[in-house]
Amino acid sequence: MLMKREIDPTEKIQETKRDFLYLTTAAMGAVAAGAAIWPFIDSMNPAADVLALSTTEIDISQIAVGQAITAMWRGSPVFIRRRTEEEIKIARAVDIKTLPDPEKDEDRTKKDKDEWLVLVGVCTHLGCVPGNKASDSKGDFGGWLCPCHGSHYDTSGRIRKGPAPHNLAIPPYQFTNEKTLLIG
Amino acid sequence: MSGIQTLEPETKWGRFQNWVDDRLPIFTFMRHSLEEYPTPKNLSYWWNFGSLAGVCLVVMMLSGIFLAMYYTPHSQHAFESVDRIMRDVNHGWLLRYIHMNGASMFFIVVYLHMFRGLYYGSYKSPRELLWILGVVILLLMMATAFMGYVLPWGQMSFWGATVITKLVASFFPGLENGILQLLWGDFSVSNATLNRFFSLHYLLPFVIVGVVILHLVALHKHGSNNPLGIDLKNPKEKIPFHPYYTIKDFFGLGVFFLVFLSIVFYAPEFFNEPDNYIPANPMVTPPHIVPEWYFLPFYAIVRSIPWRWGGIFLMFASILILFVLPWLDRSKVRSGTFRPIFKISFWIFLANCCVLGYMGALPTDGHTFGLPNILISQIATFYYFFHFLGVLPLLAKYEKTLPLPTSLGTPALGAKNV
Repeated sequence: MLMKREIDPTEKIQETKRDFLYLTTAAMGAVAAGAAIWPFIDSMNPAADVLALSTTEIDISQIAVGQAITAMWRGSPVFIRRRTEEEIKIARAVDIKTLPDPEKDEDRTKKDKDEWLVLVGVCTHLGCVPGNKASDSKGDFGGWLCPCHGSHYDTSGRIRKGPAPHNLAIPPYQFTNEKTLLIG
Repeated sequence: MSGIQTLEPETKWGRFQNWVDDRLPIFTFMRHSLEEYPTPKNLSYWWNFGSLAGVCLVVMMLSGIFLAMYYTPHSQHAFESVDRIMRDVNHGWLLRYIHMNGASMFFIVVYLHMFRGLYYGSYKSPRELLWILGVVILLLMMATAFMGYVLPWGQMSFWGATVITKLVASFFPGLENGILQLLWGDFSVSNATLNRFFSLHYLLPFVIVGVVILHLVALHKHGSNNPLGIDLKNPKEKIPFHPYYTIKDFFGLGVFFLVFLSIVFYAPEFFNEPDNYIPANPMVTPPHIVPEWYFLPFYAIVRSIPWRWGGIFLMFASILILFVLPWLDRSKVRSGTFRPIFKISFWIFLANCCVLGYMGALPTDGHTFGLPNILISQIATFYYFFHFLGVLPLLAKYEKTLPLPTSLGTPALGAKNV
């Protein structure tokens, strides 16, 4: 076989054929390996029962104006604050060009629901939870103060002072009726 | 092939290899043991099962590591966490069915690997330690499989754990209670037991990897035995492992995965006991307790002896006797191909093991072909030991073996099984 190949005038064709076989084999092997590895990797993603718990319903009928509560959504705190007229006014009066992360208060609330501010209560610096109790400091801007590294958030949950790079995140939510808020 | 490395490499990759190799000879090692490794050119497909066993070990460890990310080793949560893996975890059903059936496949492959060794005399000089290390691996596998079976915390898990720990403890008359409490960490099989079984079930596979490495070192010292069982003195009778046996092993691997995955996808509960889908209940024993199929022959041995200690002793002895096999069969001829009577005794022994396995699955008070099961079990147990202690030593002494070929190129007359 080997002797024959040495004098084979069609050797070039032979090599092309062999290259083709190598490449197709390697390609099929790569596809098979990928298909085999995928279930293992995907198993590390959140399981179905975890995904099923990814929405939270909250009764908001008992929250007074000026009061804030903390709910839990996907294992993290969510701040629900019923803002006073004064707080809304302050939040809307700011020239957003002066903000570290410019965003209008109107874009951070639902239309006709100005008094409700819903925020993921996780500081965007390194993930601590800013104080949300009535007794906690509200920081220099009347919003929230993160105890870890002193990030100050305003009454729209926007970063105003301190190391945090972004405003407090807004989770997806909707008001399913007058009394109920659905987060997620 | 061996000359390549001495040339100045042309590519960057080649120079990098040389740089690493000069400090850590990993590439040389891989080339010697996976590429150039001289292998007899007449190996049959029976020589595929060693590498298949290695693949099984890797598959079991990988699927096990991912299952452990969701499994909870607590008597109150274990059963539910397995149920959650089956229903909620992405591809959890696949991981578990791979792991569950992988255990059975591992034993099938290892048993075939061992019977190959038995037929072709692969345990004989100079491969005694290679064989002994293999038996150590088998024992570790059995311990690992047993403890893994306990983890789902179903009825068979719980009662299997109870029966086997009692069995181990009753090997030490008078100390039974102390040893049981030591094994259980409690006064019955309990949460403490489950926790330690999980810990050990995760540990032992790594120990197996260690012994497998020793097994391979011992193998590569003298190389594989071969179907003729003769020493290959001429280097031309050996071929490099790559590509000849890599390609053959890959083909076998494809066939193996076809069988394995057919079971995983189409008959995933084939080897399983339905009673294990009932949560563990210490107050009720299932009516018919059987171990996993790979323990059935040993289970038949322990049940066949009415005297408890004797049955347990024989069960352990039935495995431990494999350690001294190289010195029980002292025939100079390795391969069964050239041992006409040994060849017959091998198949009788294999059939006898199957009878034991079959008996292990049946109730002791039943009858098969008009004979009481207990009597059949006793005869088969006797023959199991008679094969090792009677047949093999006698054959070594009196059997007239066929003339051996001097090389692979000139098979002796009558050797058809090449």
